[in-house]
Amino acid sequence: MSTTPTEAILVLEDGRTFRGESFGAIGETIGEVVFSTGMTGYQETLTDPSYKGQIVVMTAPHVGNTGVNDEDFESKRVWVDGYVVRDPARVSSSWRSQRTLDDQLANDGVVGISGLDTRALTRHLREQGSMRGGISSASTDVDALLAKVQDAPSMKGASFLADVTTDEPYVVPAQGEKKHVVVAIDLGLKGMTPRRMAERGVEVHVLPATATFEQVAELAPDGVFMSNGPGDPATADHQVEVLQRVLAEGIPFFGICLGNQLFGRALGRGTYKLTYGHRGINQPVQDLTTGKVEITAHNHGFAVEAPVEGTFDTPYGPARVTHVGLNDQVVEGLALLERPGFSVQYHPEAAAGPHDAAYLFDRFVDLMSDHKDKVNA
Amino acid sequence: MPKRTDIESVLVIGSGPIVIGQAAEFDYSGTQACRVLREEGLRVVLVNSNPATIMTDPEFADATYVEPITTEFLEKVIAHERPDALLPTLGGQTALNAAIKLDEAGILEKYGVELIGASIEAIDRGENRESFKAIVEGLPPEWGAEVAASVICHTMDDCLAGVETLGGYPVVVRPSFTMGGAGSGLAYDEADLHRIAGTGLALSPTTEVLLEESILGWKEYELEVMRDKADNVVIVCSIENFDPMGVHTGDSITVAPAMTLTDVEYQRLRDIAIGVIREVGVDTGGCNIQFAVNPEDGRIVVIEMNPRVSRSSALASKATGFPIAKIAAKVAIGYTLDEIPNDITAETPASFEPTLDYVVVKVPRFAFEKFPLADDTLTTTMKSVGEAMAIGRNFSEALGKALRSLERKGASFTWAGEPRDKAELLEIVRRPHDGRIGEVMEAIRAGATPEELFESTSIDPWFLDQLFLVQEVATQVREAVELTPALLRRAKRHGLSDAQIGELRGLREDVVRGVRNALGVRPVYKTVDTCAAEFAARTPYHYSSYDEETEVHPREKPAVLILGSGPNRIGQGIEFDYSCVHAALALTEAGYETVMVNCNPETVSTDYDTADRLYFEPLTLEDVLEVYHAEKQAGPVAGVLVQLGGQTPLGLAAGLEAEGVPIVGTQPAAIDLAEERGAFGQLLTDAGLPAPKHGTATTFPGAKRIADEIGYPVLVRPSYVLGGRGMEIVYDEQSLATYIENATEISAQRPVLVDKFLDDAIEIDVDALYDGTELFLGGVMEHIEEAGVHSGDSACVLPPITLGTEDVERIRVSTEAIAKGVGVRGLINIQFAMSAGVLYVLEANPRASRTVPFVSKATATPLAKAAARLMLGESIAELRAAGVLPAEGDGGLLPDDAPVAVKEAVMPFSRFRTYEGTYVDTLLGPEMRSTGEVMGIDTRFGNAFAKAQAGAQNGLPTRGRVFVSVANPDKRHMIFPVKRLADLGYEILATAGTATVLRRNGVEATVVPKISDHPSERTIVEMLRAGEVDLIINTPSGGESGATGRVDGYEIRTVAVGEGVSSITTIAGLAAAVQGIEALLEHSIGVKSLQDWAADLQAAR
Repeated sequence: MSTTPTEAILVLEDGRTFRGESFGAIGETIGEVVFSTGMTGYQETLTDPSYKGQIVVMTAPHVGNTGVNDEDFESKRVWVDGYVVRDPARVSSSWRSQRTLDDQLANDGVVGISGLDTRALTRHLREQGSMRGGISSASTDVDALLAKVQDAPSMKGASFLADVTTDEPYVVPAQGEKKHVVVAIDLGLKGMTPRRMAERGVEVHVLPATATFEQVAELAPDGVFMSNGPGDPATADHQVEVLQRVLAEGIPFFGICLGNQLFGRALGRGTYKLTYGHRGINQPVQDLTTGKVEITAHNHGFAVEAPVEGTFDTPYGPARVTHVGLNDQVVEGLALLERPGFSVQYHPEAAAGPHDAAYLFDRFVDLMSDHKDKVNA
Repeated sequence: MPKRTDIESVLVIGSGPIVIGQAAEFDYSGTQACRVLREEGLRVVLVNSNPATIMTDPEFADATYVEPITTEFLEKVIAHERPDALLPTLGGQTALNAAIKLDEAGILEKYGVELIGASIEAIDRGENRESFKAIVEGLPPEWGAEVAASVICHTMDDCLAGVETLGGYPVVVRPSFTMGGAGSGLAYDEADLHRIAGTGLALSPTTEVLLEESILGWKEYELEVMRDKADNVVIVCSIENFDPMGVHTGDSITVAPAMTLTDVEYQRLRDIAIGVIREVGVDTGGCNIQFAVNPEDGRIVVIEMNPRVSRSSALASKATGFPIAKIAAKVAIGYTLDEIPNDITAETPASFEPTLDYVVVKVPRFAFEKFPLADDTLTTTMKSVGEAMAIGRNFSEALGKALRSLERKGASFTWAGEPRDKAELLEIVRRPHDGRIGEVMEAIRAGATPEELFESTSIDPWFLDQLFLVQEVATQVREAVELTPALLRRAKRHGLSDAQIGELRGLREDVVRGVRNALGVRPVYKTVDTCAAEFAARTPYHYSSYDEETEVHPREKPAVLILGSGPNRIGQGIEFDYSCVHAALALTEAGYETVMVNCNPETVSTDYDTADRLYFEPLTLEDVLEVYHAEKQAGPVAGVLVQLGGQTPLGLAAGLEAEGVPIVGTQPAAIDLAEERGAFGQLLTDAGLPAPKHGTATTFPGAKRIADEIGYPVLVRPSYVLGGRGMEIVYDEQSLATYIENATEISAQRPVLVDKFLDDAIEIDVDALYDGTELFLGGVMEHIEEAGVHSGDSACVLPPITLGTEDVERIRVSTEAIAKGVGVRGLINIQFAMSAGVLYVLEANPRASRTVPFVSKATATPLAKAAARLMLGESIAELRAAGVLPAEGDGGLLPDDAPVAVKEAVMPFSRFRTYEGTYVDTLLGPEMRSTGEVMGIDTRFGNAFAKAQAGAQNGLPTRGRVFVSVANPDKRHMIFPVKRLADLGYEILATAGTATVLRRNGVEATVVPKISDHPSERTIVEMLRAGEVDLIINTPSGGESGATGRVDGYEIRTVAVGEGVSSITTIAGLAAAVQGIEALLEHSIGVKSLQDWAADLQAAR
């Protein structure tokens, strides 16, 4: 480290400023600043499309220790719009590593900052809420950056679906015997999700976010899936309409993350923005149907409004909250009681994160099997 | 699923004396468990033979039995208390093994006691190698869990065949059911195999060892897991070892969280851990599981799991803020994790996985200097006696802090002088040993590359790069034109101390500090909050970092900083933590804000709810001054308490005072007066108190002059030490010369003390309180071994059994004169020797001593609590009125029917071997080598002594063969006790000389040849190995019997260690043993709780 590192600044919309050193690409970036508490899985985080539009602060100080490999990408590229790390690794150590994180970020043009008090930043976001911010290693003019940050659009009302969704439909074949066909609407789909279904004998047809109900129905799926994704769920009106027709037809449905929020909207519930969201891989969620607690991966800034206890009425019959976050009682899962449809706000596909909730994919498969039996009976 | 309602009382078993592999961490876990269970309204019955623990304080349980942890005594307690349940998972391997034995003996069934926390079946599945292997191999294949290829052996022939099966040497030998890896090791050839597997078979209670393929050099990980009865499982912490496979995890530098795993690999370990725990069937509670990962391809080998709270659990609790023992106790009585709040956030539940925004580094502390002949290679047998932990915002900061927390010269990185030759260093670091990390740094300075170092050490390249980073920062500091704020901040952020910066710049430490303060480069204090700041923390558990924002809250109440005792070491252990914890409890009650500063993760003092605030920081002048500064800014500070944590805080007193920090209680000048030979001698002369003739010297001629004047033998030692470090009895000029030559730390400031050694004296230890006008004699302890054996290694008895009332009165008067003369405010410990009717003063220490907890328990008086309040201004009269001290009387004026308490030391000899593979010698001497102690308490001496022996190691045999071989001067005094043993039915074996003396006195003894006789018959050593001898009485030969006598004695004693046969090495010890054996044979020994003893004592007072 004989060369002097380039200075960098991070400016939040309320004027709080942090100084550090550049990391990744040199330049300037603006986005919603959020923090993630996972101690492992930076590569999965970086490539998770749900982080589009966001500058991610890692609370774990050492990031990049295991480098980057081609196997652990959750999508084709890095999506975060900025990266904040206290102590980036200087070397990679893993038998699977193919390049350093610094190189990957520089190649993908992701502007980062390092060496700052990430805990102070996290505490600020916790108290003041997630907010817009900017990183610059091109200029250290705080006032200029602050003005740009304050001019930038807010996450509320933002849509990034067009950026993250697939251009063309594609198929992930079932492993082993093919049991079901599922249409997955890609709102920012992570690679692990169709893999988890494929492992269970599901052939997954991935369609772009703009897919119409007719395009879905044409594939005569046994089930429909809506993925995670970035932005404000209140802007995804088209997908909510598609989902409402799926539910009206009684096609089994499973949603994750944004898919859960859209399911909530389809059932007539509202969504709201959390102060600072849930981003990490240690979040306790209780399955209210069994009482069991699972440790789960989260990445959401919005949540569904629904009563945690009892049932509520929807156009598709009664529904209930099935999962709740034990840290703050946020709704983490929904299900229709008389029709085949359910969703969770968190990430049963993990990547990164614990595998405690993988049973939900089994639940989806069972739901489709039961539905088939009923239809056939 | 809330708390069970069918359990009203719980028996908790502690871990007994502190030994290597099982130390203060189980006091921490047991104390937490007792607290929780009582808060839940359960009656807690505790059995632990170790008086130095917090958990055995009468206030932590309803009935506290300081009794031996043996089936016999546990049954007595169970019969008396009739508990509903037994919780065996918080007292280490000792408690778990005790529970297994109680179950096997049918005692649990007989008294209807339910085992909670773990079932016998689960313990067996977890610890039995075959069933464990089957469990791992039965996991889903996609997880990739394997066990190392292995063979179970029950005989040496099995072992030889086993090596063939595994494809040859090296192989790892692991005995089943031993703690801390005792008896395990790596065999490179057949000779190694005979030695290691032979002992292993003997050590294993099931005569079973496992031979395993070598996975040396693999990455090593540990996960701490918690499960409740609803099958909710969380991983509390991941730990990665800096030292790769081959070094016991207790002896490794370890890091939390794991640093070099991707999420894919980490989640695989998590899945395996949870899968194993479910299959083993650990119903509730904490357990840990260890993994080895091949750095070349990621192959995972599951090494072992402990179905109980372990040493790593204590570390993980401190590292994350997740109180494993407390939660384990709660889930054991029926709660589920989601029903238990997270103390730190108060709002979120315990059913989550802590996430860290800092790095924790633990470094072991060794005691090889106490065993100069021992092989210091680190292996799979744990050898460290303590550990220090440090927290930083990154690895290099935490590592630097951890290394300086060891308080050992040379432990921190040094850049002084030229490094040795690179090739030589690369060879040296190949062998894991204490201080290797420093030599790796030296090799970096000598130009070694990361690749060369990885080839030599297998230390992960990421860790090695961190050392290169520190080296680069050091170079920048050395070469910079001036110390700028940015450079200083960078140095601090990578763990460099003021002293290290000073060394690099050629400046004094205090000058660096002055510059740093002037430039405003100071640490901030962050909070350990379990959640990386996602939620607000309620618990002020802090660590320093050179970051931007501090989290110390302002306060109104005056603060008292209590300095702890740092890493455990021989001579400074858990006893001092006991006193610090008591001070915190007493001063919080007295209205102060207590602030604990310590760096030992094993202790109760570093529990976040012991003091009002906790700073997990190194105990160096720099770090303590910064904590003081931070607290000073938060509110008023009444002062710093240095008297209770042993030599560590005492050594900081003068430096703190010089920086204007107020010290409460006995002032640094008074501490100096007691340590400074000349001034203290003058004090004694003025008070008319005799001391053995003495002098101080800095050279051999000086020492010789003194020795010639006062006559040999003389006791020589360096000044300012604890635990008799470097202390020796020297019989002649030649030995004196050798001693001075080898004593490296002699200087004008640190001279050698030369004292007349009093042969045949009775040694007496006193702990007392003094408030400036009144003395409270805490207790007078009479040593069982004669003077010359370090007080920490000698058994002692309280009240003194051979001293008369006038003797105690003389001791009182002398103690008062010294306390007054020194200017004590608080505790003082004085050692006296009674020789030919004269009471000599050996030394005085104006601080809490090792015996404070023992005395407190034996006399039902909380001495440390009283001391803390005295130091902050209250008087003894006020404390008597407040009920802290008894209204009348003291520890010198005990009623006639007061119980007799015996303290016995526990020695670590079985852990240490010489390079040739034999055990180190077991002789007691002036250098302290014991790691722990037990207490026996009963109505009379014999009973109490027998209990102490039963609690300590092997216990006293009540029948069988006794081998007697004593040195000539001792022959006279052994006749009566040996005759008594013969009368009690023991068969006496003796060497020729001893047998002749016995025969002439009417005691028949079978003559057994010594090895040095090169006999055709079987020697004593062979008989010992065959298990034909039950007790050894062997006193060391002086000069007359020559070298062969010494060699014989050595061989006998060391084989006895290997075979687990008690060996008595002093005549005084023999007399005590005879009384103990008599008591055992009468079958009159009962059990009684400390609470009942205290009630009796109170009534008698």
